[in-house]
Amino acid sequence: MISFENVAYNYGGGELLSDISLRLAPGSFHFLTGPSGAGKTTFLKLCYAELLPTAGRVTLFDREVRGLARDDVAMTRRRIGVVHQDCQFLDHLPLGDNVALPLTVAGRPGAARDLADLLAWVGLERLTDALPPSLSGGERQRAALARAIIMGPDVILADEPTGNLDWEMSLRLLTLLVELNRMGKTVLVATHDLNLIRQAKSQIPARVLRIAKRRIQLAGADL
Amino acid sequence: MTRLSLSRLLAPGPADAVVPPSGHTAWLTLFTAGAMTFLAVFALALALASGRLAERWAGALERTATVRLSAPEDQIDRQVKAVLALLSTTPGIASARALDEEEQRKLLEPWFGPDLPVQALPLPRLIEVVEDGAGYDAEGLRLRLTAEAPGAVLDDHARWRRPLAVAAARLVLLGWLSIGLIGLTMAAMITLAANAALAANAQVIRVLRLVGARDSYIARAFVRRFTLRALAGAGVGAVAGMIGIAALPGAEAAGGFLTGLGFQGAGWLLPLLLPFLAGGVAFAATRAAAFRKLREFH
Repeated sequence: MISFENVAYNYGGGELLSDISLRLAPGSFHFLTGPSGAGKTTFLKLCYAELLPTAGRVTLFDREVRGLARDDVAMTRRRIGVVHQDCQFLDHLPLGDNVALPLTVAGRPGAARDLADLLAWVGLERLTDALPPSLSGGERQRAALARAIIMGPDVILADEPTGNLDWEMSLRLLTLLVELNRMGKTVLVATHDLNLIRQAKSQIPARVLRIAKRRIQLAGADL
Repeated sequence: MTRLSLSRLLAPGPADAVVPPSGHTAWLTLFTAGAMTFLAVFALALALASGRLAERWAGALERTATVRLSAPEDQIDRQVKAVLALLSTTPGIASARALDEEEQRKLLEPWFGPDLPVQALPLPRLIEVVEDGAGYDAEGLRLRLTAEAPGAVLDDHARWRRPLAVAAARLVLLGWLSIGLIGLTMAAMITLAANAALAANAQVIRVLRLVGARDSYIARAFVRRFTLRALAGAGVGAVAGMIGIAALPGAEAAGGFLTGLGFQGAGWLLPLLLPFLAGGVAFAATRAAAFRKLREFH
């Protein structure tokens, strides 16, 4: 689904990621850990082609990203739901329109009932008309998750989705991600919250990838 | 890059809603299109009037010539008759006639006023010559005139017809050049406005790309807005310019070139094409700016 072959990424004259090879199998659940600035966000950006590798090959759905035309990149992103660290909403649009944005840009305006069901699933059914700046951190993260999955993507990438949330809200978000994984979605969550990883591993066979010294290692089971 | 048609890009769509209103760039585009089209109407009027003037001058002068005859007062009538007789037998001349005193007075009226005593002035007699289609041998005629009437000078108008024709042609060129420059200026201003709007919406564009929007989808919102604004502004500018042209004084009131600056007949429809031209300029300028900006986002 997503595979890296000897991928490197340079930034500002230095190598941020080096010689990374891995494959995210369909239906898998991975955590990506590492210290701040290690390159977790960069790795995720490589996964949805916002960045291109400076060396090696990144393959998304059996197509090498360097060979994708701009429209192909757009089409590929419709199969990957991303929960950004800062949520990335359009502040002038109500929450419902923000969540439905992937459908809107794809020319597939979703049924109002589907949107309502999705917002109810993430517990935001009463905030459809609220503007993003008026939402709390937890509400924004759940809305971002709803937007990430509204197209029914094959892969869900989440970048520090619980970074600004309390433990209770973090568990609620994790529960949603685990549910999605059980539905067959491939999930990759970048986080430095080891408690969250332990909690997830108690529910599903999640694997942990760790970025250290510019490389990715498969972490041990002692987390 | 996806191929975009004008109709598809101008069709209203959800892209309009996802890009927030562009604020001051909307007014800048409206004002620029309006002002430039207003100026373009005058440039168009100048080009058309110059063209008409050139045609009129050429038409009035190209088949005529003048024989100017100076002679002592007691010989003038005899020499006029001799010259007319000579002209009547010259191949290539359709007609020839001597201007009477009233006609000569009218010719001099713009410079000396209506009360000029023509009889009291030592003015040469003028004979108007009209060529036929084949034309005449000017050099041969000059030689014969010199023999018949030593004070007769043939003026075939070439000396001053040529600079007039050149001047009129250059005025036409200047008019069209002005329209071209106005169009380029408008394109530059709209490009600046579009770039400002695109830069102000960089975050919106980034989010749209991240959720899977194609370039054509994002560009459509900007192109449609700027094209419609330019159309509206140019429409107002064109109507204002036409009112301005219509308000110019009539030819009878003042005379001269400026009074001929208006549009005539179907010419009044031409300024109505300018808003569509402005819309086309805005479409091309915004589309180019949008796709250039979008390439900054992978």
